[in-house]
Amino acid sequence: MGTGILIDAIRTAIGPTAAAYALLAVGLNMHFGYTGLLNFGQVGFMLVGAYGVAITVATFGGPLWLGVIVGVLGAVVLALILGIPTLRLRADYLAITTIAAAEILRFLTRNSGSEPVTGGVFGLRQFSGDFYALNPYPPGSYLGVLGLSQNRMWQMTVGWGLVFLFTLLLWALMRSPWGRIIRSIREDEDAARSLGKNVFFYKMQSLVLGGVIGAIGGAVFALTLQTVQPDTFLPQVTFFAFAILILGGTATTIGPIVGAVTFWFIIAGLQSTLRRSSDAGLLPDFFGSQAVGATTLTFVGLLLMLLMIFRPQGLFGDKREMQLDVK
Amino acid sequence: MSSDAPAPTGPLADVAPEPGVAKPDPILVIDGVKRSFGGITAVNVDHLEIQRGMITGLIGPNGAGKTTLFNLMTGFDTPDQGSWSFNDRSMSGVPSYKAARLGMVRTFQLTKALSRMTVLENMQLGAVGQSGEHFLAALIPPLWRKQEEEITRRADELLARFKMDHMRDDHAGTLSGGQRKLLEMARALMVEPELVMLDEPMAGVNPALTQSLLGHVKGLRDDEGRTVVFVEHDMDVVFDISDWVVCMAEGAIIAEGPPSVIGSNPAVVEAYLGATHGQAPERRKKRAGGEPA
Repeated sequence: MGTGILIDAIRTAIGPTAAAYALLAVGLNMHFGYTGLLNFGQVGFMLVGAYGVAITVATFGGPLWLGVIVGVLGAVVLALILGIPTLRLRADYLAITTIAAAEILRFLTRNSGSEPVTGGVFGLRQFSGDFYALNPYPPGSYLGVLGLSQNRMWQMTVGWGLVFLFTLLLWALMRSPWGRIIRSIREDEDAARSLGKNVFFYKMQSLVLGGVIGAIGGAVFALTLQTVQPDTFLPQVTFFAFAILILGGTATTIGPIVGAVTFWFIIAGLQSTLRRSSDAGLLPDFFGSQAVGATTLTFVGLLLMLLMIFRPQGLFGDKREMQLDVK
Repeated sequence: MSSDAPAPTGPLADVAPEPGVAKPDPILVIDGVKRSFGGITAVNVDHLEIQRGMITGLIGPNGAGKTTLFNLMTGFDTPDQGSWSFNDRSMSGVPSYKAARLGMVRTFQLTKALSRMTVLENMQLGAVGQSGEHFLAALIPPLWRKQEEEITRRADELLARFKMDHMRDDHAGTLSGGQRKLLEMARALMVEPELVMLDEPMAGVNPALTQSLLGHVKGLRDDEGRTVVFVEHDMDVVFDISDWVVCMAEGAIIAEGPPSVIGSNPAVVEAYLGATHGQAPERRKKRAGGEPA
C-alpha cells in the first residue's frame, strides 16, 4: 500500500496540474514576492488564459497559437483594467479589486447569456486537438513504475518547460537594475519615488508580467484537462497558489517550483492514503470516501499553520530577511 | 542663543531679514502655495525664495507645516492653489519622481531605508538614467554592465565618504537609526541633485554621529556646490550650519534671516514659546543640558 501511495503522490507532484499551479505561483511571486502587490485574483488571469484558448479554438475554430495569443493579450488588458485605477492607491485596494474581478469573470463566463461563446456552466471542450497533434512522444508507457502515457509526457514537457522558462526570465530580470527598482517598491515605494523612479509604471509592468504568466498557467491547465468549466476557477485556486508560493519561499527563484511539487505531493499523498485506508476499512465512516477531499484540506491547513509557526520563510526563504522590520 | 552664530557674509549679506524677501539667485521660488486638510490650513506661504548654493534651515514648532511644504515642493502632495518653480521651471503638477530627476531630491523624517536590500543596492538604486531599468534591456546584461560598474564605483566612493563602506553588503534593515539617516542622505546624493531637502536629518541620531552628519551637510555646500534645505528642531544645529533660517508657524512664513538675527526675532520666540512665556528660553537650555527626567 505504501508504494502505491508514493506512486500516486509522485504522479501528481510532477504532473501537469502541479506545473500549471507552479506557473500561477511564479506570476504571484512577481506580484507579491518581488513587487509587494497583493493580487488576490490570480485565478482571474488563469481563467482568461484558459478561456482565451478554449473560445478561440472551440467557439471560433481558430488555431491553437492564436488562442494562446488571445489569452495572453486578454491578461494584459485585464492587468491594465485592474492596475490603472488601483496601483496609485494603497496595496489593499488592489487586493479587493482583484478578488472581485476574478469572481466577476467567473460569473460572466457561466452566465447563460454568454453560453454561445463560453458554453455557460457546461464550459467548452474539444479545443486541444492541435496541442496533442504536436506530441512528439510515440505511444507507450513512460518513466517505469509511474507508467505515464505519451499524452501525459507531452503535457508535463510543455508545462514544466514553461515553468522553467518563466523562472529563468524572472531570475534574469530580478538581478538587473529593473529588478532592483521592483524590489525597492516592495520595500518602500515613496523612497523609490524620491529617487526618481516612476513607481506606477513599474508596478504596472509587474502586474502585466505576473498576470500573463498566470494566464499561460491557465492555458496549460485547460489543454491538460481538455475542458474548461467556470466553476474550476474559484477564489480558492488563488489561495492554493499563495500557499504554494509561501511554502516554497516567497521572493525566491525556485520557491514556486519547490512549493508546487511539495504541495501536490502532500495533497495527493494524503488523498491516496485516506482513500486506500478507507477502502481497506481502516478508517471510521466519517473519514470515508465522501470526506476525503475535506479531510485532505484540513490536513493541508494544519500543515500550513505549522509551517507559518516554525518556518515562516518557507522551504527556501532567507530567515534573516524575515526578521528585518520592513518599514 | 544667537551670539555664537557668525555674521552673514556672501551673497545673502545684503538681504533684509524679513519674510518673503527676494534673494539674488533663487533656485526655488514659492508663490501663494496653500494646502488645507479639512478645516486646517497646513501650509499658506505667500512668497519664499531659496538661495542657490546655500544651506537654508527651516524651523518652526510641531505642526507648522514644514514637512507638508517639503511634500508639496517635491510632488508628494498637491497644493490647493499656488505655484512654485525650480530653476525657473514651473513645478505645478510635476509628479514626485520627475521632481527628483529634475534635481530636487528629498529625504524623509521617518527614514525609508529599503530594509531587505543591501546598503550597496540602496545606493545603486539612486543613480538615474540607468539603461538596465528598461524591461527588455534588463534581460541583456552586456547593455548595462559597464554602467552598473560605474554606478557601483560611485556608490562605493560615497559610502567610503560617509564611513559606511564596511557595511556595504549588509541588509539596510540591520542598520541603526543614525546609520539609516546617513544611508538615506548618501543615497539621495546618488541622484546627483542640485537641491537636497533633508527632513530632520539629525532626529534620533546620537551626538557623535550628529557631528559627522553636520560635516557631510556642510560638505554638500562647500565641496559640491549643492543647495540644501533642511528641517530641524535642534537650534544649536540650525545655527551652526545654516546660512539662512526660515521660520514657519501655522503654515505661514513668519520670519527669515541669517542665524545671527533669527534667534532674537520676537515672532520666532513667540511662535516657539508663546507670547506670555518670558523666562522660557532658560528652561529649554536646562533641558538640553541633560537634566534627569
